Amino acid sequence: MFRNQYDTDVTTWSPAGRLFQVEYAMEAVKQGSAAIGLRSKTHVVLACVNKANSELSSHQKKIFKVDDHIGVAIAGLTADGRVLSRYMRNECINYSFTYESPLPVGRLVVQLADKAQVCTQRSWKRPYGVGLLVAGLDESGAHLYYNCPSGNYFEYQAFAIGSRSQAAKTYLERRFESFRDTTRDDLVKDALMAIRETLQGETLKSSVCTVTVVGVGEPFHVLDQGTVQQMIDAFEIVAEQEGPAAEPDADAGQEASAEPEPEQGAAAGEGVAPMDI
Amino acid sequence: MASKQPENSLLSPESDSQRTLYPYVTGTSVVALKYKDGILMAADMGGSYGSTLRYKSVERMKPIGKHSLLGASGEISDFQEILRYLDELILYDNMWDDGNSLGPKEVHNYLTRVMYNRRNKFNPLWNSLVLGGVKNGQKYLGTVSMIGVNFEDNHVATGFGNHLARPILRQEWHENLSFEDGVRLLEKCMRVLLYRDRSAVNKLQIAKITEDGVTISQPYSLKTYWEFSAFENPAQGAIGSW
Repeated sequence: MFRNQYDTDVTTWSPAGRLFQVEYAMEAVKQGSAAIGLRSKTHVVLACVNKANSELSSHQKKIFKVDDHIGVAIAGLTADGRVLSRYMRNECINYSFTYESPLPVGRLVVQLADKAQVCTQRSWKRPYGVGLLVAGLDESGAHLYYNCPSGNYFEYQAFAIGSRSQAAKTYLERRFESFRDTTRDDLVKDALMAIRETLQGETLKSSVCTVTVVGVGEPFHVLDQGTVQQMIDAFEIVAEQEGPAAEPDADAGQEASAEPEPEQGAAAGEGVAPMDI
Repeated sequence: MASKQPENSLLSPESDSQRTLYPYVTGTSVVALKYKDGILMAADMGGSYGSTLRYKSVERMKPIGKHSLLGASGEISDFQEILRYLDELILYDNMWDDGNSLGPKEVHNYLTRVMYNRRNKFNPLWNSLVLGGVKNGQKYLGTVSMIGVNFEDNHVATGFGNHLARPILRQEWHENLSFEDGVRLLEKCMRVLLYRDRSAVNKLQIAKITEDGVTISQPYSLKTYWEFSAFENPAQGAIGSW
């Protein structure tokens, strides 16, 4: 009701105790194209949809290598995301130079969050309009974090941000319990399937998405198109064979996204299990 | 100390009394080696004031955080300053409270940066440092000099230790020394230093660092033998004896 009066300035509270500018910044994240992340004990996979403005142009880069052991996927104002990636790379390289050791991702994420918080408390600044999925390693293993324009950060087993991310989130919610101990290849497969959920009917091809992996003993790198296409082909073939059994589960999963689905659990298990090669 | 530099030269920010020209109270050699379970380090407790053996209870080895042990020779007040830098470093590391901690490699590299940057400003910390530690089963032993030269090795020493102890260690050190053998080897080195280094005092500590933590022994003395017949009446066969 009072939104319009209290939403001009980031330094103005609303009577309900909200900072509307910060919330609007989080809306900007939802407008960007989807990015998803998932992790096991030893690996983290980041994947995103490559949306080009027109057929003539190339797609925007949404996943950045920050260091050998850290990568970030962004959604929202990609320009803000680039600037923050540069900050992260700088922090990592300075730490490496001083300590000859990789910056623990948990510490980088806190520094990033504190940087975002500053922009929510200065009248001459605006919040960063980008959400970041930070994937990295530290002493305790593999981690996935989500950094928000509000300056909050959360650790996740799996998460999706950007437009149509709810579909991916629903898929991830069904499957996340198996991620912790899964193999690296299965993790990539799950990432591709989550990406497919956000495409909502469009064919999943390696040209439409970017997939990256970081893990213990595996520096952060982008998987090449050929490898990705092979993985897609591998589970698409099985999906064709399962055809009728798989389709109803995918539809049911999206419809029931708002509520827990205990009775779908058994059916979903049957539909998904054959793809777990 | 009359300064030969003009006050506003590039070599001094304000005047020469603002930067280190020479050390005053100094510690002598530190010797350290890797053994089966971690690192052993030895240093005597002397603080010399020029040629006077003035202070005899100076602790020249200190634990740093959970995983490291620092030994220093050279200017004692600069060593205390370094301990303050490291205290702050470890404090901020602990304040993260996140399960990550700085290990010996990180501390060693941090010290290298500090020493080298000070040297570049012509205001060195007049120390040679030995940094040893164990983290996640990995043993680490390194050294940094006052000009920022740093390296890692299986055994290191500072000052006179480089000339008198390292040759012994090169002959007799081997992988997986037991604790007793390590201590025996260090004592052999310290005994030679006691005989031959005039700034050595016969009161030393041996420190051990393993995965479980740091232990620094109580001060003790080495047995010495001065009755070698070759040293009785040294002036007797004076012609050409040197």
